[in-house]
Amino acid sequence: MEHYGEQTASGFLHVSAESKEPYAADVLAKLHQDAEAVIARYPQKRSALLPLLHLVQSVDGYVAGRGVRFCSEVLGLSEAEVSGVATFYTQYKRHPNGDYTVGVCTNTLCAIMGGDKIWDTVSEHLDLEHDETSSDGKITLERVECNAACDFAPVVMVNWEFYDNQTPESTVQLVDDLRSGAPVKPTRGPDRQCTFKEMSRVLAGFHDGLADQGVGAGSASLAGLRVAREQGWVAPGDAGSDSGSGPVADVAPVADSALQGERDKMTDVAGESLQRAQQTEQAGE
Amino acid sequence: MTQLTPIFTRYWDQPNSWTLETYAKHSGYEGLKKALGMPPADIIASVKDSGLRGRGGAGFATGVKWGFLPPPDGGPRYLVVNADESEPGTCKDIPLMMATPHFLIEGVAITSFAIGCNHAFIYLRGEVVHVYRRLLRAVEEAYAAGHLGKNIHGSGFDLDVTVHAGAGAYICGEETALLDSLEGRRGQPRLRPPFPAVAGLYARPTVVNNVESIASVAPILLYGDEWFSAMGTEKSKGYGFFSLSGHVKNPGQYEAPLGITLRELIDMAGGMRDENHPLKFWTPGGSSTPLFTQEHLDVPLDFDSVAAAGSMLGTRALQIFDDTTCVVRAVDRWTDFYKHESCGKCTPCREGTWWLKQILGRLEHGHGDEEDLEKLLDVCDNILGRSFCALGDGATSPVTSSIQYFRDEYLAHLTQGGCPFDRDASAVFAKENAHA
Repeated sequence: MEHYGEQTASGFLHVSAESKEPYAADVLAKLHQDAEAVIARYPQKRSALLPLLHLVQSVDGYVAGRGVRFCSEVLGLSEAEVSGVATFYTQYKRHPNGDYTVGVCTNTLCAIMGGDKIWDTVSEHLDLEHDETSSDGKITLERVECNAACDFAPVVMVNWEFYDNQTPESTVQLVDDLRSGAPVKPTRGPDRQCTFKEMSRVLAGFHDGLADQGVGAGSASLAGLRVAREQGWVAPGDAGSDSGSGPVADVAPVADSALQGERDKMTDVAGESLQRAQQTEQAGE
Repeated sequence: MTQLTPIFTRYWDQPNSWTLETYAKHSGYEGLKKALGMPPADIIASVKDSGLRGRGGAGFATGVKWGFLPPPDGGPRYLVVNADESEPGTCKDIPLMMATPHFLIEGVAITSFAIGCNHAFIYLRGEVVHVYRRLLRAVEEAYAAGHLGKNIHGSGFDLDVTVHAGAGAYICGEETALLDSLEGRRGQPRLRPPFPAVAGLYARPTVVNNVESIASVAPILLYGDEWFSAMGTEKSKGYGFFSLSGHVKNPGQYEAPLGITLRELIDMAGGMRDENHPLKFWTPGGSSTPLFTQEHLDVPLDFDSVAAAGSMLGTRALQIFDDTTCVVRAVDRWTDFYKHESCGKCTPCREGTWWLKQILGRLEHGHGDEEDLEKLLDVCDNILGRSFCALGDGATSPVTSSIQYFRDEYLAHLTQGGCPFDRDASAVFAKENAHA
């Protein structure tokens, strides 16, 4: 563990010797069995590469040299082709990852709503920078990009489960609990927090049976529905009566403005150029 | 005043909203049963007549897109759902799939039947593991109930659905990059033509549609195209999610007819978070759409009105910033994102986003000079329209629009030798900090 997660200044990695050691026979047999199930989902087997990279991460905790070799063997690709794909996507780790990837969203909306402050606080608290792992191997800290939960900003992800509406204090508590082994639960997710390896197996397409846990929608997701209920607004027609929440509303189309003529022209131009592209395409056949 | 139209959201607060049982209680899969009794051409015609335009950002007519498929030649045709929701600010497909995944699965079944597809794919971004669980479970339930699989409801139609998790790359939301990724490659966009309709997944005819577009097909079939087209505006029919985030009292999902205004939506969201801090700037459809300001509060949020006002409706991702926010900081961070997510295939985007970041970074910290603004615009000019796909174009939108509306604020960074804003004042927990 001496070089745990270590990376040189130029970005090249110390590839540990065990990264290239062959899998134990029973591990390899299970990997082959799982790989067969993954490959069977696709008409062409190369499509299985992304899930298989998630699968080898579920065993090694990152994409190790032997994981690359395994993928290349089962899919009939070169190791360079597999590495080329693995290095393109940020979820594939090229050095051992902690049990929990803690990702603070620092894209603009979350950053401004407090994500920057959360990042500064947690980074200082853990004494870790981006993509560094704590010495106990528990936590890998990351700055993450927009995770499609802007209405719950600022957002923190742990192994890609949602922790909504965070503060610096709540996030420090979260990482302390993760390190001490105290139970933590995502805001919108299952009843317990999965490890990096468990999560990677799900992303390989192997269901862990936790789909029915957790909420359907968080509070912000229901903001519009609450307003509609208060105002007695429902969708027109049967869609409105189906919700069983009041009389059918008569929603008139929004009145158009004088810009209509101008808009028609724009749409026509767009339509024409697409038509042209299609014709070119057909002609090229 | 425009009223909200809860359709997808209408029972998101019910217990176990995501299960087939709940979906069935709300007329689930009745649209599919209706569709299976129709000639496929009539389904395509109905979706065309509904006026549904793609909900993933570009706004191209969904039924027309399906119509571009060449006539069947006996080989496979594919439907690929783009569930790689990653555009900064966009947060509608993820809650839809988490709360009611069966809307999407039913839409997939109807669409596949209409276009003659027997194997459909849902390409979900990998960073939302609970949504992946919900989709896997929904597909299992749909197979068990006979909504997917062999000879669906005795129609003779077979359909398999594969839910596929990506691995973290914004570029895979671009439809041809998504197809390369689904084929097990680096997600880089393809040269077009040929368009996916002709040579898509495995070089076969393929339809790629956004989650919300495909989910909308189920209610359109069930309630009729006229029901759908009665909502919205002349050229932007129907309803959609309006996702409010940022400095409003109640951020969240608001399902409304296209053509609603931000003024109306902010009012529904309880107003700005602090009445002493007015709206400063906002994105109508994600960070790749040029910024709007106070003066655009009454622009109808439909495809054509937003375009006429100089931006794009995009994904209706309304990120709202009040006057505590530094626009240079916001744009600098978005630019960081585009630089990080540029796939590296084409020079204008790969190099251009890198240079934009260098220049914006120094401006935000009060370095650089006034000529840097011209340099930024010059770099943008060399990216826009010259990059391989829309990622590069999108990267220029926040830069050029922020200089257009807030040039003085850029200059203030230079005269004051740094950012004039207090970052803590923008944070949602600003007040809590003040007490601490």
